Amino acid sequence: MAATMETAIQTGRVARTLIYLVLLLFALFYLLPFGVMLVNSVKPLSEIREGNMIAFPEVWTIEPWLAAWSYAQIGVEPTGLKPYFWNSIKMVVPAVAISTLLGALNGYVLTKWRFKGDTILFGFMLFACFIPFQIVLIPMARILGLAGIAGSTYGLVLVHVVYGIGFTTLYFKNYYQVFPTELIRAAQIDGAGFFRIFWRILLPSSGPIIVVSVIWQFTNIWNDFLFGASFADQDSQPMTVALNNLVSSSTGVKEYNVHFAGAIMAAMPTLLVYVVAGRYFVRGLMAGSVKG
Amino acid sequence: MSFLAIEKVSKNYGTVRVLHEISLAAEEGEFLVLVGPSGCGKSTLLNMIAGLESITEGQISIQGRIVNDVHPSKRNIAMVFQSYALYPNMTVAQNITFGLEMHGVPRTERQKAMEDVAKLLQIEALLDRRPRQLSGGQRQRVAMGRALVRNPDVFLFDEPLSNLDAKLRVDMRTEIKKLHQSLGATIVYVTHDQIEAMTLSTRIAVMNDGRIQQLGTPREVYDAPSNLFVATFMGSPSMNLFPAKVVSDADGIFAQAENGLGETVRISMSHVGEALKKYDGTEVTVGVRPEAVTDPEGVETAESGEMRMRDLVGVVEPAGADTFVTCTIGGSECVARFRADADLRANEVAEFAIRPDKVIPFDTASGNRIG
Repeated sequence: MAATMETAIQTGRVARTLIYLVLLLFALFYLLPFGVMLVNSVKPLSEIREGNMIAFPEVWTIEPWLAAWSYAQIGVEPTGLKPYFWNSIKMVVPAVAISTLLGALNGYVLTKWRFKGDTILFGFMLFACFIPFQIVLIPMARILGLAGIAGSTYGLVLVHVVYGIGFTTLYFKNYYQVFPTELIRAAQIDGAGFFRIFWRILLPSSGPIIVVSVIWQFTNIWNDFLFGASFADQDSQPMTVALNNLVSSSTGVKEYNVHFAGAIMAAMPTLLVYVVAGRYFVRGLMAGSVKG
Repeated sequence: MSFLAIEKVSKNYGTVRVLHEISLAAEEGEFLVLVGPSGCGKSTLLNMIAGLESITEGQISIQGRIVNDVHPSKRNIAMVFQSYALYPNMTVAQNITFGLEMHGVPRTERQKAMEDVAKLLQIEALLDRRPRQLSGGQRQRVAMGRALVRNPDVFLFDEPLSNLDAKLRVDMRTEIKKLHQSLGATIVYVTHDQIEAMTLSTRIAVMNDGRIQQLGTPREVYDAPSNLFVATFMGSPSMNLFPAKVVSDADGIFAQAENGLGETVRISMSHVGEALKKYDGTEVTVGVRPEAVTDPEGVETAESGEMRMRDLVGVVEPAGADTFVTCTIGGSECVARFRADADLRANEVAEFAIRPDKVIPFDTASGNRIG
């Protein structure tokens, strides 16, 4: 009896070690590109040219990072990525906030203030999640032109809000579906109106799903290239477009170390959001998906 | 006009009518219980009083003011929900004062009112907690506190005890009754539990299929149910029903049926003789409560001219305070309530005592009580 147990545990250990080894291998494999980028972003260009892409740098330098941030050639100006980073922030923050808030409001109305045809309306909103970006480029350009906000940060904010509402509405609707309607009724009897119920009772109880919505929207909008390239002018181009301009400028020497540094900079905010709020993400997704 | 008056109120959902011209009234300080099986429309009616459901036809007035088109918050009512509906993001204190805050009551007054209510309900120690940190019974108290603090004209309770375990339910039931007695509040209370209805109410409205079957004091509803539905719904174990033939002769008028031994049993129906006359020679349904069929040595037999009957014992169920014994009358099983130490065994012949004055005849076709 004791012997059998002993064997069982040993087999378990062997299997477990193997599993961890495989997992470690996969993790390394996935991290390799990022590792290469990191290593090369702190290397002088000369070392990269010699062909030592994987090796650690012989001379460590932060010069490529400084260059990428503040004086690399982007398009025609030697501005670095700094102004474009702020462009992205100025676009992402309001776009995420507005689309999340509108999604919450939509979810609230669609679950707690039902009206005739609300299911069909929601169906149409869901449809927005499945329309490829390219299809709306031309009509959107026309609308931005008519509204007089073409080539501006406002225009980009509008585009991203419109595109995001479908997703955020879906998240919040699923979340509020299981939110007890008796609470809304109790608040009505207590004398709270439509918006008061929303601000004071619903929204404060929506933590997990707000995190999901923010992460989703932040990642998508920050990483968007197509809308940024199509609808922004020189002064409102987001980080992704600037990075492309940095990397694909066809004149002069290809400064790979600067490109790597710039690419990491562009990826940093989304990484940060995941690290900070990631654990709520899964929890919120689960919470929202229990009942649809 | 009554304190709370419901006049010919109907409710339609599309083409389906779920409430049929309900008329009800509650006086100030009354504890009115709406009781019925699920789907009978009792909660819908309560929600209509609260203003959470619209009124299709008829009108509801509180203190003489018609409230059909008045917003729930302006009706001066408070409601306790089945799920308690405590705001999860607020502390107990905030939960209790939220309604006052929404009605623009100044902070110091709110604080005072909240403290009074907390003291009354003994929840002072819980004021800083959030609902998820409370037990079921504590949540129930907070929900009542939230209603009490508003000092409303009418309290509405929607099955407030059905989420509690059996023991706590009985305790809270007593507490609600005490609260009603000390505050003299007007309460409309919805439940599907007939014992709750009996113990709490000053009057009961028994509902089924969107209609009021009977409105009366607990005693009236229990002793003189207006039809077969009320007879079987109220009381536990429920009323025994069996078919019997009405026969009259020189000795009076009787309900006649066969017992489990194949012998004919005649129960005197002189207490409803007049009304039963036109049923002479026909079959009616006879109802008798278990406590009116008992052992000859039982305590209540000394009163009124009880009659004796021999019958075959079916099942013997000791229930602590009583022993329930089944016999057979008119081909139906009949539950009798015997004293706790009754020594009976299945399949033996025993003597039963029936109180004829407690026997109620019903018209078999319509189900209505005769007399």
